[in-house]
Amino acid sequence: MSVDASWYLTLAAVLFTIGVVGLLVRRNVLVMFMCIELMLNAANLTFVTYARVLDDVGGQVAVFFVLVVAAAEVVVGLGIIVAIFRRKVGATADDAHVLKG
Amino acid sequence: MIHAAFLIPIFPLAGFAILFPLGRRLGNPLAGWLATAMVTASFVVTVIVFVALFQHAPAHREFTQSWFTWFGVGRLRVNAGLLVDPLSMTMAAFVTGVSSLIHLYSIGYMRHDEQFPKFFTYLNLFVFAMLMLVLADNFVLSFFGWEGVGVCSYFLIAFWFERDDAASAGKKAMIFNRIGDAGFLLALFLIFERTRSFEYTTVFARLGHVGTPSLVAIALLLFLGAVGKSAQIPLFPWLADAMAGPTPVSALIHAATMVTAGVYLMCRINPILHLAPDAAHVIAWVGAVTAFVGATSACAQNDIKKVLAYSTVSQLGYMMLAAGSGAYVAAIFLMLTHAFYKALLFLGSGSVIHAMDEDQDIKNMGGLAKLMPITGVTFLIGWFSIAGVPPFSGFWSKGDVLENAWAVTPALWVIGAVSAFLTAYYMGREYFLVFMGERRWTEGRQVADGHEHAGSEHDGLHPHDPSWHMSLPLVVLAILAALGGFINLPFHPDFVFLERWLDPVVGANVLVTHFSVGQQWLFAVVDAAIALTGVVVAASVWRATANRPALEPRFLFMAWFIDRGEDRLVARTSTALASFTATVVESRVVDGAVNGVASLTRWSGERLRRVQSGYVRNYALGLIAGLVVLVAYVLVRAGS
Repeated sequence: MSVDASWYLTLAAVLFTIGVVGLLVRRNVLVMFMCIELMLNAANLTFVTYARVLDDVGGQVAVFFVLVVAAAEVVVGLGIIVAIFRRKVGATADDAHVLKG
Repeated sequence: MIHAAFLIPIFPLAGFAILFPLGRRLGNPLAGWLATAMVTASFVVTVIVFVALFQHAPAHREFTQSWFTWFGVGRLRVNAGLLVDPLSMTMAAFVTGVSSLIHLYSIGYMRHDEQFPKFFTYLNLFVFAMLMLVLADNFVLSFFGWEGVGVCSYFLIAFWFERDDAASAGKKAMIFNRIGDAGFLLALFLIFERTRSFEYTTVFARLGHVGTPSLVAIALLLFLGAVGKSAQIPLFPWLADAMAGPTPVSALIHAATMVTAGVYLMCRINPILHLAPDAAHVIAWVGAVTAFVGATSACAQNDIKKVLAYSTVSQLGYMMLAAGSGAYVAAIFLMLTHAFYKALLFLGSGSVIHAMDEDQDIKNMGGLAKLMPITGVTFLIGWFSIAGVPPFSGFWSKGDVLENAWAVTPALWVIGAVSAFLTAYYMGREYFLVFMGERRWTEGRQVADGHEHAGSEHDGLHPHDPSWHMSLPLVVLAILAALGGFINLPFHPDFVFLERWLDPVVGANVLVTHFSVGQQWLFAVVDAAIALTGVVVAASVWRATANRPALEPRFLFMAWFIDRGEDRLVARTSTALASFTATVVESRVVDGAVNGVASLTRWSGERLRRVQSGYVRNYALGLIAGLVVLVAYVLVRAGS
């Protein structure tokens, strides 16, 4: 018995929406970062699902690329977050608005 | 020996090449002697080549000497080479001959000038350029010489450039000449377009394939060049202003040689003019009107050199009248004799100016004949020559021109004859005001006696004949001016030496007149009567007094207000246009466009900076909104 693909897609959509809303409403930098990861993995889930449905390995390959990019992004992103917290303990994303036009 | 022709322009060029870096070291007077020697050497070579050419049969007196390919573009090859034929050698002979005399004169005249070596550097460069102009075997090389003499003319008019009038006179000459040069250039383009060549012989051989409208256009455009260079109406005012230069320059460049380049060009292109009679008529009429305007203007001038300058304009008009009539021999004949007597008159005026301590106003002179016998006598010969008193040279050459003018149309003869009368009159006026009558200047010995002469410009003058450097050219030129007419005597076909000499070049296209011997005598008598009337009128009017305002109307003093009119019409309007461009176009349109772009950028920047809030969530919202739009678009597309 296999789970219907639409469930996976629904799950991915839910995960993505959680990520979007979390990114928009939360101020904690670390949480926002995790929300981005959530969105990435929602996309990954969609890729894998369609790879199964369409029987095309290309989707899984795309997932690997996303994972690699995400890993790199984590490195850079965490570096930035550490730098922000160095300046001010408990800083939120809104505290870093030096580049305001 | 004809192969030695290349040496003719090389000598003055070598003089320039030596004097340019070393002139200051050679100093005064060695630099002058070197320059004089170079030009004299050139004259000697010219005479040798001339004689060698004479020994050939008339039909074979044309040699082309190609040096090297000057430049090539595509199928065009322009060679630097010389054309040795009777016309070019005649020009070269009188250019180098008169130049040698004037170089010698300049050693005396410029003796006290601090820029003495520089003066001779320019003079040698000028002679080189002039020789390239007349000896070149193609139009482009002639144009090179044409521009070269123009540049040297500028250098030498503005030689005393610290004086404002000299500096601006140089610029004026340059600008007026540029107008003509534009015509010359356009003619060059048209010639190449029609004949695929620039060489005189090739171009003239291919004229049969060129349509008449093109020939008229070529002739008129080349004439425009000649109008600028030879100071014809309406481009003549520069020549009067050019008198701000040193007097030897006026004699050499602005009387004897450079200004006749336009006439030479018209004679050189005689095959073109022959096929374009309409253009030739224009040339003849412009020449006649110029002769008249120049002669009338000369009647009212008070500057000793300005009289001669307008006289030159008038005489150049005669030459153009002759060239336009198809009387090329008469044009060259008048050019030669004019070179002799006008150079003589200018050098004589230079001698007077020296004696008068740089004062040039003939109203402040008088009675100089006794104090300066050589200058006085030679000036008198110059006057009789230019007036056309027989048997002086001007009588023969001017008679030749007038006779041919009559053959074209009597109207041209009338204008020429009136101008001839005026010529005799205004030169007589100058002679009497300068050399005769009472002394309107103060002699030095009176000052020595202790008399006060406050306000007088002439304290302490001792007029006397100049040193031999200056006297010798005067005497030689006076002999030439007196006897120069004998190179082309009309009495018998054996005596028209110049006509037979130039026959291979112009003979096929020259105007043929059919006057009986009686008619020729009648012309001669009338010419002589006109000249003598002019002399007598001048004597009766100006012998006793220097003050006859009625005969010197302001209209003529201002040269028919042509200079002023052109100033108003062209110079003022273009100045107004320039200031309009500067104040309105430049500051409003050009600056407006630049400033407008800047303020538009600033304005939009002001508006757009609000977008950059610095809050990550705003940016994220933007990203997501974009994503939503994209997805919506894809879904709508997929749905439809």
